Order: sequence, then structure tokens, then C-alpha cells
Amino acid sequence: MTNNQIMFFIFSAVIVIFSILTVTSRRILRAATFLLFVLVSTAGLYFMLRFNFLAAIQLTLYAGGIVVLIIFSILLTSHVGAKLEQPGLAKVIFSALTALVGAAVAIAAILQYKFPETVIPKERTNIEDIGQALISTGKYGYALPFEVISILLLAAMIGSIIIAKKRKD
Amino acid sequence: MFTYTVWIVLIPFFLFILIGFFGHKFKPLVSGVVGTSGLFASMALSYYTAYQYFFVVGKTGDVFGKIIGYNTVWLKLTEKLHIDLGVLLDPISVMMLIVITTVSFMVHLYSIGYMQGEKGYMRFFSMLSLFSFSMLGLVVATNIFQMYIFWELVGVSSYLLIGFYYTRDTAVAASKKAFIVTRFADLGFLIGILLLSFNTGTFDFLTLTDPNGVAITQGSGIMFLGLSTMTWSMIFIFMGGAGKSAMFPLHIWLPDAMEGPTPVSALIHAATMVVAGVYLVARMFPIFHFSAPVALDVVMCVGAFSSIFAAVIACTQYDIKRVLAYSTMSQIGLMMFALGVSGYGAEEGLGFMASMFHLFTHAFFKALLFLAAGAIIHAVHSNYMNDMGGLRKHLPITHITFLIACLSIAGIPPLAGFFSKDEILAAGHEKSMMLFILGLIISALTAFYMFRLYFSIFWGKQQQYHHTPHEAPKVMTIPLILLALGAVFAGFIPFSSFVTSDGKPFASHIDFAVAIPAVLVGVLGALTAMMFYMKETNIPETISRSLGGFYRAAFRKFYIDEIYLFITKKILFNYVSRPVAWFDRHIVDGSMNGISYVTNEVSTRIKGMQSGQLQQYAWIFVSGAIGLALAFIYLWTL
Amino acid sequence: MFEGVPLTWFLILATIMFFVGIYGFLVRKNLITILMSLELILNSVNINFVAFNKLLYPEHLEGMFFTVFIIAVAAAEASVAIAIIINIYRRLVNIDVENMKEMKY
Repeated sequence: MTNNQIMFFIFSAVIVIFSILTVTSRRILRAATFLLFVLVSTAGLYFMLRFNFLAAIQLTLYAGGIVVLIIFSILLTSHVGAKLEQPGLAKVIFSALTALVGAAVAIAAILQYKFPETVIPKERTNIEDIGQALISTGKYGYALPFEVISILLLAAMIGSIIIAKKRKD
Repeated sequence: MFTYTVWIVLIPFFLFILIGFFGHKFKPLVSGVVGTSGLFASMALSYYTAYQYFFVVGKTGDVFGKIIGYNTVWLKLTEKLHIDLGVLLDPISVMMLIVITTVSFMVHLYSIGYMQGEKGYMRFFSMLSLFSFSMLGLVVATNIFQMYIFWELVGVSSYLLIGFYYTRDTAVAASKKAFIVTRFADLGFLIGILLLSFNTGTFDFLTLTDPNGVAITQGSGIMFLGLSTMTWSMIFIFMGGAGKSAMFPLHIWLPDAMEGPTPVSALIHAATMVVAGVYLVARMFPIFHFSAPVALDVVMCVGAFSSIFAAVIACTQYDIKRVLAYSTMSQIGLMMFALGVSGYGAEEGLGFMASMFHLFTHAFFKALLFLAAGAIIHAVHSNYMNDMGGLRKHLPITHITFLIACLSIAGIPPLAGFFSKDEILAAGHEKSMMLFILGLIISALTAFYMFRLYFSIFWGKQQQYHHTPHEAPKVMTIPLILLALGAVFAGFIPFSSFVTSDGKPFASHIDFAVAIPAVLVGVLGALTAMMFYMKETNIPETISRSLGGFYRAAFRKFYIDEIYLFITKKILFNYVSRPVAWFDRHIVDGSMNGISYVTNEVSTRIKGMQSGQLQQYAWIFVSGAIGLALAFIYLWTL
Repeated sequence: MFEGVPLTWFLILATIMFFVGIYGFLVRKNLITILMSLELILNSVNINFVAFNKLLYPEHLEGMFFTVFIIAVAAAEASVAIAIIINIYRRLVNIDVENMKEMKY
């Protein structure tokens, strides 16, 4: 078993366990914390795959931004110690069944498929390449999506302010 | 050269717009004066056109040709098939221009006085202008489709004018009747047009009526029920003509149309619109003659029968306008009859010439009769001759002009009616003796009923009137005098050197073998009427009683209206409309209602699925996606 | 194979994470927990993109950029969603998804 494999197993174990805890925990603040663990381990996986830049984004944006946002809203809308009520049994059974069947189908399909083997270079992704690609307009250039996403973020920001602000009436 | 002729048609149209939309801004009299002077302009242009056509440029060699004065492509369907609007000048259309503008002008002038003080004075004049526009557009049509468009416009304006007194139930019913009956006939016209244009590939009169053109020489299409397509199309077209010209059995609207104001009856239902059918047949005459002789026989039979049928009814009626209406129908029947017996070519086409000649003279004396009748009604305030009598002292001008018109229509020489009727009888005589005798009978009846009318109005017993009848104002008597001049002198026009079936002039002469019997029966009819009605006698009653059932049938117009009512109300309504209505209500509506009921039921049943529970929807969506994945991976593996 | 870890493992991991997210989406009542399940689903997709990129086409960066953009979209989505949740909370005083059924028949 290589180091990589060990690392992968650790990360995946964390991800799977805390994912399940996230969706089952009855204390909402804890669920958010578990989500944070999942996201951090995902960042670990990215590090392992040598996408350092991406892992950094994952940590700052997801772990740092979104989870904090979620925690804020939790604090705004519920008591800290409040326990969520237990969902109905039928609902749990049906949903679990659906999820299990879906997972089974997907995993079966993945296992059946023969992916091609490729030689993977050792060096990690160069931050300069990423920067060039984000502002280039040619092939493999992402200037347009970059701009579009900035507009989207602006729109989302204005939209959230408009939606969340108190009405006069 | 003749481009200005389009203004003859357009002036009344602009008058219609002007009076119809802006007339209410002025005094009522203004609209009358404007309409009349506009029509005068149109009339002057028509006379100028006639002069130009007949005496200056119309003749190429020896023949009066057809000249396109103005043409514009209106609706381009394909390269070959297009509908044009334009002005076609040939002897008959120029003749019709004169007739229409003259009579229309007279009627306009007369109406200024007659309609004085009526509600809707300006509406009346705008509609008269609309009618003049449509009628002029009809006669100058360069193609059969333009003719059809104006034909319908004429029908509409006739409908509007018959229903002028729209507060009167009878007028409304009469206008509806006129519109529906003529519209039904126009359906035949349209079918005929479609058949004809399908068969020949053109709408154009120039191509259609050229005796050496494709339409006539290329044959007459496939046979159907023993008659060729060409014959069928001509019969259908004649059906349209018969509807407008009130030929049996589509004549029922004409007597009722007398509900309209009297000037309207004079213009539309005596002189112009009702002869549109004759004009139509004359316009299509080469096709009738060369490609569809059977249809021409139909024209002859229908014309002859309508003529004698109407003449008999006219002898029994008491409403003076109805007598005149039946007289009109009878005279138009004579014109149709003359067209039916006519051949093609100069001398051969005597009947054609006679028909057009009679149309021309008839327009004058019949318009005169109606206008005089209007003056009488104006004075007496009644339509019934029982209420009249001894009017000759009170209405001298009307009396004289009415007498002239009666003499003219009775065919007493040297008045206009004599010449034209003589030509018709001569044409009948050429064809066969039987037809000649039929013509003589009609002439005798004509003279009888006209003089019956004349004597009972102006002679007969003295009536006590509420107030003394007085002569109409000058604006009404002047048109009477002018038309009387026309009724006297129109016959001296050497018609055969202008209007013939193929455009070649010929010299007609009076055949004394025809003329003498014709005049004799005319005089005989007049004298009989004089004997019966000049003094109050009981001879008419005795005779009508001795005739018994026949008299009653004629008095009730041979029950044609009742037959129509029976057919429509009893047979059509009961055996066609009711089942159709049942089918509509139960099958068509039923299936629609069934569909809506099923939709309603199903949606009430399944509306529970729209629970508003987001997660339920999500669950269905996810399981659906998984189900599809399963199906595509494991079940549907092609 | 990435230094001993085959692509399949990543994919299976992502699948498990995805369906755990689905389960959470279907079961949880609180809107915020539903939002968290949604984040799980998005994250699993990100893992897929990154793994495909590294293990199948290491010379390009499409997968990575896709992930970057998804993260941006997720951030936008989370902010709007939380604004909506706060608005709903203001109206209904709780944020239970089962109470939001005004759009039913």
C-alpha cells in the first residue's frame, strides 16, 4: 500500500463518515461543522492530486466562505442547542432506498467501464499557467466564463440584498 | 387616351366618402347639391367619352373595338393569373355609362326635392353615390372578377338603400330578402366564374370574349351530366345574372324592394342594377353563343317565361310601385329573351342589338315612370291606386310625363319604346312564329297594365283627398321632363350603327309585318284598359270573378313567396337544419363537452399529486432519473 | 492510476458522497440542512471533474477550471439561497420545508 493510497483512504473515510453525519445529525450546528470537515478533506484530496491552487480556493471559499455563511444563517434562524425533529420513518426508508439503488447503479456502471490508462506527469500545476488561461481568449482560454461569472456574482449579490432586505410594509 | 374615364367611376366614390364622412358637418341640402353636381361631372365625362369613342377613335376599320382605358394589376396570383382593376370601353359599356350616369343624375336631382325633410338625408345621398360608383365599376370591368367585386358592392348598396327606412319592419325584411336572394344567386355566379376561369385560365374579358381567342376555340371542357363545363359555367353565371335581374324563380325580392324610397326604386330597381344581369349576359355573349348554346336557350326560356309571368301578375296588383316592379321584371325578361334568340354577327345579332336598345330606352321610360309614381305618392301619400283617381287636374306635369312613359312602354310610335320593342319582336320573329306571338301577348299585356295604371290614377272616379294634391316642386318635375324627352326621342338613335354583338355596325329597318301587329296589340291593350278604367265600371270585377282561381293565383303572385316559405321553413328547417342543429348540439358540442369533462375529472383526481411538498417532487424526480438510468443500462441495450 | 490510486476509487467516493447528499436532500426538513446537502452534491461533482482532469487528461486544465467556476456558482447560489431562507423565516418564523406548500393545487 503506497502512501498515496493510505492518504486517499484516510480522506475518503473522513469524507464518507462526515457526509453521513452531516445529513443525519439532529443538531444543526454540528451538521454544519461536519460539512466543514468534509469540505476540508476534499481540499486534502485536491492537494493530493497536486491542484494546490484549487485546494486553496476550496479552503478559502467553501470552508471559509460558504460554511461561515451557513453558520451565520443557522444562528439567525434557530437556537444554538435546538435539536431537529426526527424525520418520518417512511420518508427515511424510501429516500434511503432511492439513494442506495442510485448509488448501486452508478457504482456498477463505473466498475464496468474500462478507463484508459494515462501517464501522469509529476510536476504540479503552474500558477502562471492558470493565470494566463483565465485571461486568455484563445483556445483553452477562460476570459469569457471568467467575466460571466463575475457578472453572476454581482447579480447574486444584488439579488440577495434585495431579497433579504426588510420591506417597508 | 381614355385614362380620364377612371374618373367617371371614381368621382361617385369620392362623393360617397365626402358625403358619408363629412356630410353631417353641413346642412343636409349641401350633401344633395354636392352629390348632384358630382354626378353631373361624371355624366358630362361619360358623354364626352361616348362622343370620343363612337365618333372619334372607337372605330378601327369598320368595327367598334374594345379599348382598355385604364388598367392596374390589383392582385397578382401567378404570372398568368392576376386580377386587374380597370376600365374597359366597348359599345355596350359606353352605352351603360351613359344610361347609369344620366339616370343617376336625374335621380339625384329629383331626390333633392323628394327627400326634403327626411331623416338621413345625407346618408341617402352617400349611399346613392356608393351605388353609382359600384354600378359604374361593374359596367367598366375589364375582367370577370372585377365585375364580381362590384356586383357584390351593388348588392350591398341596394341592400342599404332598400332598408333606408330601417325603423320599418317591412323595409328591413325586404332588404334582407333582397340581399339573401341575390346573394344566393351570386353563389352560382361565383361557381360559374371559378369553373370558367379554371377551364380557360383567365379572367380577362378581352381574351374570354374574343371569338377567335383561346377561351372559345380551345373547346368547352369535359362533359358533365350531358353538358360541357363551359355550358355549366355559363348556366351558373346566368344564375347570378338572373338573381340580380329578378328573373323567375329568383324574382321574389324585386316587388318587396319597393319598400325603399321611390328614387331608389327608379335608379336601382328599374333602370340600372336590375339590368346588370342583362349586361352580364351581353358581356359574355360570344361565349354563350359559341361555347354554350344550351345556356343561351336557358336564357331565352327564363326570359320569356319571366316576362309573361310578371306581365300577368302586374295586371292584378293595386300597389302602383309593385305594378311597376312587375313591369320591370317583364321588360327585363324581354331583354333576356332577345339575347336568347340572338345570333352572333352584324345582322345575325339583331336580338343582341334589340336587347341593348331596349335596355337603353327602358332605362328612360321606366325611371320616368318610377319618378312620376314618386311624385304621385308624394302628393297623395298612398301607394294604392284605389286611393287615387282624377289626378290629372292636380298634377299636370306628372300626368303628361306619365302618359308619355306609358305610351312609350306600350310601344306606340314614334316613341322610344316602339323602336326597341319592335326590334325585339323582329328578332323573335326571325327565330320562330311561336316566339313572335308570345312577344305580342306580352306587348298587349304591357299596354293593358300600364294603361290600367294610368287611367286609374289620372282618370277614374274622383277621390276625396285630405288636402288637395299639388304638383311637385321644380327640382322634381325637371328630371321628369328631361326623362320624358329621353323617352320620346331615344328611339331615334340609330342604335344598330353603334351597338352590335360583334362591333360591326349594320343598318336596321322597320319590318312592317312585325311593327303593325305590335302597334295594333299595343293600342288594343290600351283601349281595353281605357274601357275598363277610364270611368268607374264594374267590368274589371266581373272579369276577375269569372277568371276565379286563376285571378286569385295571379293576385297572390302565383304563390311563389309561399312556395319559398314552404321550402325554407317546412322542408329546409325541419329536415336539414334541425338534424344539423341536433348533430351540432349533441355530437360536435357533445364531444367537446366530453373532452372537457374528462379533463376536469382527471385533473380533480390527480391534483393530489401537486402537494406542494418540495421533497416529494424531488423524490419522484430522482427515482425517475434512476429508473431511466436502469432502463437504459440494463433493459434497452440495443 | 495516480501513484497507486485508480480513477475508479475517486469516482466511487464521489458517487457515495453524491447519494448521501441526495438522501439528505430528500429527508431533511430544515432548509439550511437541505442547503448543506446541496453543497455535498456539488462537492462530489467537483471531485469527479478534478479526478477526470488529472487522471485522464493531465496536460489540460478544463476540469480544474470547471471546478473553480462551480465553486463560484455555488457561492452565488448559497448567498441567494440564504437570502431567500431569511426572507421565508421572516414570514413563517420557521424554515421547515414542509410548511412551504402555498404552490400546491
